[in-house]
Amino acid sequence: MRVNWRSRSVWWGVFGGSLIPLSERLYQMFWGDLGTDPGKTLTESLGTIALCFLGMTLAITPLKRWFSLSLVHLRRMQGLFTFFYASLHVGAYLLFLADWSAFMDDVIKRPYIFVGLAAFLILLALAATSFKTMMRRLGRHWKTLHRLVYPAGVLVVVHYAWQSRGDYTTLFIYSLSLLLLLSARLPQRVFHSARSPEPE
Amino acid sequence: MLIKHKPALSEAQVTPKSIYVDRRSFIRQTLAGTLALSGLGLSVSPALAAQAENPSRSAWRQKLASPLATMQKSPYSTTETPAPLKDIQRYNNFYEFGTGKGDPGEHAGGLTIDPWRVVVEGEVEKPGSYMLEDLIKSHLLEERIYRLRCVEAWSMVIPWVGIPLSALIARFKPTSRARYVLFESLVRPEEMPGQRSLFSGIDWPYQEGLRIDEAMHPLTLMAVGLYGDILPNQNGAPFRLVVPWKYGFKSIKSIVKIGFVETMPPTTWNQLQPGEYGFYANVNPAVDHPRWSQKTERRLPGGLFGANRIETMPFNGYAEEVTSLYAGMDLSANY
Repeated sequence: MRVNWRSRSVWWGVFGGSLIPLSERLYQMFWGDLGTDPGKTLTESLGTIALCFLGMTLAITPLKRWFSLSLVHLRRMQGLFTFFYASLHVGAYLLFLADWSAFMDDVIKRPYIFVGLAAFLILLALAATSFKTMMRRLGRHWKTLHRLVYPAGVLVVVHYAWQSRGDYTTLFIYSLSLLLLLSARLPQRVFHSARSPEPE
Repeated sequence: MLIKHKPALSEAQVTPKSIYVDRRSFIRQTLAGTLALSGLGLSVSPALAAQAENPSRSAWRQKLASPLATMQKSPYSTTETPAPLKDIQRYNNFYEFGTGKGDPGEHAGGLTIDPWRVVVEGEVEKPGSYMLEDLIKSHLLEERIYRLRCVEAWSMVIPWVGIPLSALIARFKPTSRARYVLFESLVRPEEMPGQRSLFSGIDWPYQEGLRIDEAMHPLTLMAVGLYGDILPNQNGAPFRLVVPWKYGFKSIKSIVKIGFVETMPPTTWNQLQPGEYGFYANVNPAVDHPRWSQKTERRLPGGLFGANRIETMPFNGYAEEVTSLYAGMDLSANY
């Protein structure tokens, strides 16, 4: 059976699927059990979810280039879900985990929070300019601006790396995935830079 | 004519025993991993303590039954309310079983804790390889309810059962050259999945150490129990150190070696990140971890709305008892 990836049902299916992590967290918050350290568990799990969505957003170009599977029409949705879960992650941190008495001190002194905040601000800028009117208004600058998603990816992995201790298996998986996803962008810049850029 | 072919490999040789015995959790992990990678975040919740207890635990419990029955309360106990057993069993740092807080609870159940030998060596008159029950049986077990402060800025109140380390050390008769005590944890990769990790920064065995006066301090405890029962495997069964005025990583678990040495022994976290974890590791709100503040802590279990954030106390509230150990020392240099 051939799947028509461009069909509305695929779009809605992906949309619905992207809401599953949210419903899971809500269920755990209100009816279930978030464990012994609920604020930390919730904040960390939302961060991991946001990271996975960022990965999926970045995977769309390699899927097209290496597997000829075009899901470009889903990219904005995935990007916005990345921002959505990143916002919940930041919100959960502020609401359930942050030590308000030392908050500014923490942001300035703790590099992992600072780096995470920088990544979040990039995602905020990208989400705010993700609509058609902003695309039109920004013209060719839009694409330059949205390439900031690559440094955002790097910042997110650094944000994770700075919290790793003792065992680096997950960090290795994240770093390798990011490297792979970013490398998909390289050949095009190298081999096709003379030609007109194809839409990413 | 019957020709018998002996197969080159038996069924059991094809798959390592640790994997086929543990196939349910293998399937669960693989499934959870796949789903997590697909970004759906659907984690299959672990069936905590769903399986029957391993026979070595029952055997060890039998051996400890009469000492546990005569357990005494200790004046060193705090009056604070201990954390529920459920939380003590599902929120652990025991990297031999994985780095997640839930990993030890999920993976430590199969650890063989009986028979258990402890090697005593170095600057002592009575070195040897002792059966754990022989080390315990002549001492009276005490229940000591202590605060435990993790270097990660959370804390719990734990009702340990054990004997003062000083009583144990006295039996071994250390010589005048014994200035430090070192401890080593079990290395058994087939039962400890964290030791099989390819990306572990820790060079096993886990090692810890104390100055001899710290080891002889009456607060320093060798724990064999929790809540009146033998230690749960994820909490360092069958035999662990508890030093309540130091960050939790000093309180080494599942100990198989105690050594007496003249010079400061290497310790695991200090070797891994010397700028972040010192040999002393006394709880000190005035000295931040380079990556986070140590001024406050989350007392666990906490609620989502209204985390129990409390001030961290110097020496975790045991300053009165232990400050004299560090007279004249710069505690921000000797963190």
